[in-house]
Parts: sequence; C-alpha cells; structure tokens
Amino acid sequence: MSQSLANQPALAGMTAAAGLRAAKLNRLRTSDAAFRGMTRGAALGVLLLLGGVIVSLVAGSAPAFRAFGPGFVTAEVWNPVTEQFGALAPITGTLATSLIAMLIAVPIGIMIAFFLTELCPMALRRPIGMAIELLAGVPSIIYGIWGLFVFAPFLQTYVQPYIIATFENIPIFSTIFAGPPYGIGVMTAGLILAIMVLPFVTAISRDVFDSVPPVMKEATYGLGCTTWEVFRSVILPHTRVGVIGGVMLGLGRALGETMAVTFVIGNAHRISGSILAPGTTISASIANEFTEAVGDIYTSSLIALGLILFVITFIVLAAARLMLAQLEKGKK
Amino acid sequence: MSALPNPAIYRSRFRRNRIAVTLGYASAVFGVGWIAIILAILVYKGIGGLSLDVFTQMTPPPGSAGGLLNAIAGSAIMTVLAVLIGTPVGVLAGTYLSEFGKHDRIAAIVRFVNDILLSAPSVVVGLFVYEIMVAPMGHFSGYAGAVALAVIVIPVVVRTTEDMLNLVPDTMREAAASIGLPRSHMIIHIAYRAARAGIVTGILLAIARVSGETAPLLFTALNNQFWSMNMNAPMPSLPVVIFQFALSPYAEWQKLAWTGALIITVTVLGLSILARTLTHRR
Repeated sequence: MSQSLANQPALAGMTAAAGLRAAKLNRLRTSDAAFRGMTRGAALGVLLLLGGVIVSLVAGSAPAFRAFGPGFVTAEVWNPVTEQFGALAPITGTLATSLIAMLIAVPIGIMIAFFLTELCPMALRRPIGMAIELLAGVPSIIYGIWGLFVFAPFLQTYVQPYIIATFENIPIFSTIFAGPPYGIGVMTAGLILAIMVLPFVTAISRDVFDSVPPVMKEATYGLGCTTWEVFRSVILPHTRVGVIGGVMLGLGRALGETMAVTFVIGNAHRISGSILAPGTTISASIANEFTEAVGDIYTSSLIALGLILFVITFIVLAAARLMLAQLEKGKK
Repeated sequence: MSALPNPAIYRSRFRRNRIAVTLGYASAVFGVGWIAIILAILVYKGIGGLSLDVFTQMTPPPGSAGGLLNAIAGSAIMTVLAVLIGTPVGVLAGTYLSEFGKHDRIAAIVRFVNDILLSAPSVVVGLFVYEIMVAPMGHFSGYAGAVALAVIVIPVVVRTTEDMLNLVPDTMREAAASIGLPRSHMIIHIAYRAARAGIVTGILLAIARVSGETAPLLFTALNNQFWSMNMNAPMPSLPVVIFQFALSPYAEWQKLAWTGALIITVTVLGLSILARTLTHRR
C-alpha cells in the first residue's frame, strides 16, 4: 500500500501529514492515560498507606498476642523484668484523660461557637476565631513543656490541695480526688488535652452553626424568642449531627495525643482510683519506652498497644467522618 | 393588647438568656486567654536564651553552654525531604480525587481513608515506619525520620489539593476542552495554575504541621548529639532535642529547650498565618 502511494508525491505528503497527526494524537492519548494512571496510582498509594500501617502493626504485635493471648487487653501487669505485659493500665489512662478532656472542651467549645456565631460583633469574629484556631496550631510538644514547667506546678500549689480538702469527706469524690497533690497526673493531662481539642470542637461547631439558614433563625426571633432559646431549640437541634461529628473528631485527637501527655502524665503503669495520681496512656507508654525496650516481647507489646490505639481512634474517626458526610449529603 | 401573659415566666426566660450569653462571653475569654497565656510564657521563658549562639553552635553536653544548630539543621533537612516525597504523591492523589474520580467508588474510599490518616495518631506513624524501615535496616536513620514525616505530609496535601481544585470553575475546564486541549494538559496548564496559591497553602500547612512533630521522630530518626549530615545515621531534630532537654535535670539544657520551643512555635504559627493570608479565605 505504501509503495503505491509513494508513486504519487502529493498524496504521499497528505498521508504523511495525516500520519504525523495521528501519531501526535496517539502520543497525547498515551501521555493523557499516563497522567491519569499516575494520579490514580497516587490515590491508591493513600489506600496502601493505611493498609501498610495496619499490616505492619498487626505483624509487629503478633509475638505479644501469641504470648499473652487476648488477655493482653485486660491484664494490668506491666513488668519489663519478668517480661509480663498487659494493656489495661494504658487503655484506662487513655480513656480517662480523653474523658476529662471532652467533659471540659465540649461545653466550652460549643459555647465559644455560640458566641462566635450569635453574639460576637462582626468585626471581631475573624480575629477571635483565628486566635482560637492558633491553639490548634501550637505543636503538642509546646503544650508538654508548658504543662510540665508551668501548669503542673501551678495546679500542685494552688488548685489540687484545695480540691483535695474540699472533697475529703464526701464519699465517692474523696477517692476520685485523693491526694497527695503531685501536680503531674491524669487530671493535669486531661486538662491540657481539653485545651488542645477545644479549637477542633469550636471550629466545626461554628461551621455547622453558620450553616443554619438565616430564615429559620429570623422566624424564631420573630416569635419573640431570646438568643439562647433560638440557639437551644433551633440551631442546636438542626446541627446536632455535625456537632457530634466535631466532638468525635476532637475525641480522636485526644485519644492519640502523645507528647503533651507524655510530659505530664507521670508514666506510672497502674490504675488508680484518684485522677490526681500519676498514670500512663497508650501513646505516652510508647513514646517513653519504645527506644529503651529490650527484647522482642517488650517491643512487640508496645506495638500491640499502638495497634489497640489505632483501632480505637480508627473507629472514633470513622464514625466522625460518616456523621459529617451525612450532614453534607443532607445539605444538598 | 392584654398585659404580658405571665411576668414570672417572662423574667425567668430573660434571666436564663442573660446567663447563657454571659457564659458565651466567658468561654470566648477562656479560649483566647489560654493562647495568650501560653504564648506569653513561651516568650518570657524562651527569649532570654535567644542569641546568635543558638543558631551557630552545636547542642552542648550536660552542664555547658551551646546552641541548637545541629538540631535545627536536622529538622530542616528531614522536613525538606519529607515535603519532596510527600508533595508529588499528595498533589497527584488530590488531582485524581478532584479531576478524574469525582464520583467513583474508589475516590470515595480514598477520600475517607485520607481523612482518617489526616487525624491518625502520629505516634502510630512512627511505629509503622519503625517496622518498615528501622527494623529491616537495623538502625535508626534520618531517612526513616523523613519518611515518617512524609506520611504525615501526604494527607494534608491531598486534602488541600482536592479542595482547591474543586474551587476552579468548570467553565475554565470546558473552555480548555473546547479548543481541543487534552485533559492532562488542561489540568497541568489550566487547573493547576488557577489553584496554585491554594496548593502552595496546603504545602505550607503541611510544613507547619511536621515541623512540630515529635512522636514520629522518636523511634525513626532518634537523635544525635553532634553535627550529622549523614541521612543514613541517627539525626537530631529540634522537637526531639526539646523533649530530651526539657526532661533533663540540667538547667542549661532546660533553658535551651525553652528557646527551641519558642523558635518552633514562631515558625509554625508564622507558617500557618502566612498560609492563611495566601488564600484570603476563612
């Protein structure tokens, strides 16, 4: 075919041009496909990352779970000398500190969001909102060093003795707030975590409060409701799912927070009835002991703690994202 | 008009409102108060140690004076490497989510997983990189530290890239398609250019995020008392040095820790404010 065409110069030129264009288009098609493939590969890489984290943690914790069985999760013992390990104390500490943090941060965070969306003068909304978001930008090690050298001594001298004295003779509270005042401990860690998750709760609550259609608010004001009543009976019910999503996101943060807690928790592997006593959390145990851990079982037990932490935070964060996604869908 | 139905109810409603409003104001003062207190104490404790020596001398042995040069250099090198690894992956994955897979199932899963990674505990990232790099190689290294930081960079960049590309109006894409531009050219020459400021913001936010990270470096890069530019050996970093120095009993080390803390905070907050002004939004 090409031979016969070659005999006619004009036609040959045209086919050559067409061929050139076809080749060019082909090249573009290939490079287009290649680019698409690269982006797809990178996206799948993100999935691979999560898969890698799970696989490596499961593989790393296998020796510990083989040695201690499922009882690892419920055993309180943590003895590097006899190589007996159990996760109960760190798990309890993680849950206790996060609970304290959420009890404080959730109401205050929601109230700040209430202030920012309903009360604050327009001109101050941005600067105040930004100042609170700066709290989220401060690295956690800063909270740690500040907590250890400033906040803990302050609590030890001025707050804890007073708390202990107040609750001394009230049955259950006397155990929860049993002395002596160490300064560092579960409560101090919980308070610092509260400050750290406050901006997360505030930011998401503010965003969902802002999403309430103004007509709804105006209609309620038109009925003669007070600002608080508008907030309580219109804004809050309307945005409940979003607020809970934000709270869960903050909780995920609190559960996994490492450095700030490591500084002030006291790193004591025992469960105490008093929140003033030193304790430990999963992340603090790992940060404190991992590089010093000798022996496979010790290392593996710490990785197993990491796996437990990852599973807990994964569930909490997944629930948070699903709730926020549901809200997004409802809006459309 | 008759008189108000029940003055007692009326009064109690307003009293409740006043209490709530007061609590709202108090909460805002509480929140802003903490950031003010933390920054004030940081400046008060850290500024005294701030001198040229901090930036020109090595971390000292216990009981003598010195600086933080090797720690700052180590942090900078690992952060740069982490951004070099994490940015291309993050930008490409974000591009897929926004440009190609907007409505497909894989993209939905990737988006979900990325959001989880975005707030996953960073100490777990450290364990992961320990397992895949430090354990097989048999020693701690700057490379492992950089990879751990890259794992934290990726989800931040993915998220902002997707968000920013979503802001590019579709009419621009259609205009490009109508003159016969292939899709990859449209994305690279039109969409990326339109979203450039936003993507840069994402990278800045990622840098801000990793420059304060300590937990993932503890068991990947470890630490190093000396000037070490060998990425294949343990490498010092500012956050880890702060951690070690702050918990030490030596006054000089604690003072350096405060100075380092001030430097990190100024850097991180400066970067996030810069990132914010770059996009002008929020």
